[in-house]
Amino acid sequence: MNRRHFIALLIVSSAAEGVVCLAKAAGPNEISIQASKFEFTPDTVKVKRGQPVTFVLTSIDRIHGFKMPDFGVRIDIVPDQETRVTITPEKAGTFAYFCDVFCGDGHEDMGGTLVVED
Amino acid sequence: MKNVDRRDFLRLSGVAGVTFTAGLFPGYKASAQAAGDFHFVQISDTHWGYKGPANPDAEHTLEKAIVTVNGLAQKPDFIVFTGDLTHTTEDGAERRARMKRFKEIASALNVKDVRFLAGEHDASLDKGAAFKEFFGALNYTFDHKGVHFIALDNVSDPGAKLGDEQLAWLAADLKQRKTDDRIVVLTHRPLFDLVPSWDWATADGAKAIDLLMPYTNVVVFYGHIHQENHHMTGHIAHHAAKSLIFPQAAPGNAPRRPPPPAFDASLAPLGTRDIVMGGKPPVITEIPVTKA
Repeated sequence: MNRRHFIALLIVSSAAEGVVCLAKAAGPNEISIQASKFEFTPDTVKVKRGQPVTFVLTSIDRIHGFKMPDFGVRIDIVPDQETRVTITPEKAGTFAYFCDVFCGDGHEDMGGTLVVED
Repeated sequence: MKNVDRRDFLRLSGVAGVTFTAGLFPGYKASAQAAGDFHFVQISDTHWGYKGPANPDAEHTLEKAIVTVNGLAQKPDFIVFTGDLTHTTEDGAERRARMKRFKEIASALNVKDVRFLAGEHDASLDKGAAFKEFFGALNYTFDHKGVHFIALDNVSDPGAKLGDEQLAWLAADLKQRKTDDRIVVLTHRPLFDLVPSWDWATADGAKAIDLLMPYTNVVVFYGHIHQENHHMTGHIAHHAAKSLIFPQAAPGNAPRRPPPPAFDASLAPLGTRDIVMGGKPPVITEIPVTKA
């Protein structure tokens, strides 16, 4: 992503609700998602259909997984590393992402929602 | 093939192979098990150590179910627990204490041939170390009255994989079988993609199914999803069992898996099952926690 695209990126963040929205970007947008036992922050992400988005994934405690079956995404998130994965959602809807590396009591609740809007 | 409901499953499999509770207790009408070669009982997802609102009677459910199974009119040849014997804990000492207590409770079964599989709650945090101390190998085979049983481990890898080594072991075992041998696969997670977005799948389960596909008499019994479910991958039937702790939501009814529904005993959400290995397919009879 170049500087102009970065400036064009409008990120509206609501910390209270844990929701990140992206709009009006020409290139791949970036959304940072932090993993910790047993949650993703944010746990709801809104993006635009047809617009590439890069998830920048970090973990603050242990190895977690990041899986988005609807987009064929599956990757480990290793502490002290930045893990990046890019998708281009072509369909509007609501999709799940979740940790697929069993990480303890609460693992099964560790997930989030990707909202793809027209 | 997608999930099928009970009626569709029976139509597709061509035989009335799945029944509700009937005929298992003294005084009831004769059941299908009388005609079978042998029968065994599947118990799954006991989650010993769980405390929470999803099962207000969690401390007693397993013991009640054991009393019921001990009361079956025809004693099963063996009993298999298909994983999540204990509820997960990050404390290794507590994990072992739960396994020890679970084993003590299970010893009240009046059938002494009892087989155990691990679930992710038992084995994913320590790669199965504690499970092996108490219950032995994570994957194994045994033969019983002409049926070859294969217990697969898709939980000790925290990424829910069988792994290449185990797949090679499975391939080597299957090479010794004839294509029409009767084969039962026991596992914890579904081998197929039931609901991948709920983590109801095995990462490399399709490879195991590919290995099994040439064999014409294969059936899979598993747990993990805490409810009855019947699914076909080609000619291979996959049957999920109820749990003995709390039910889960119906597969795929929301983008993210919702929390367990409110406990409602009137829905008989928990139980075990009797499986008759006679004709084809096996006859499955659901058993409630307590005898009605």
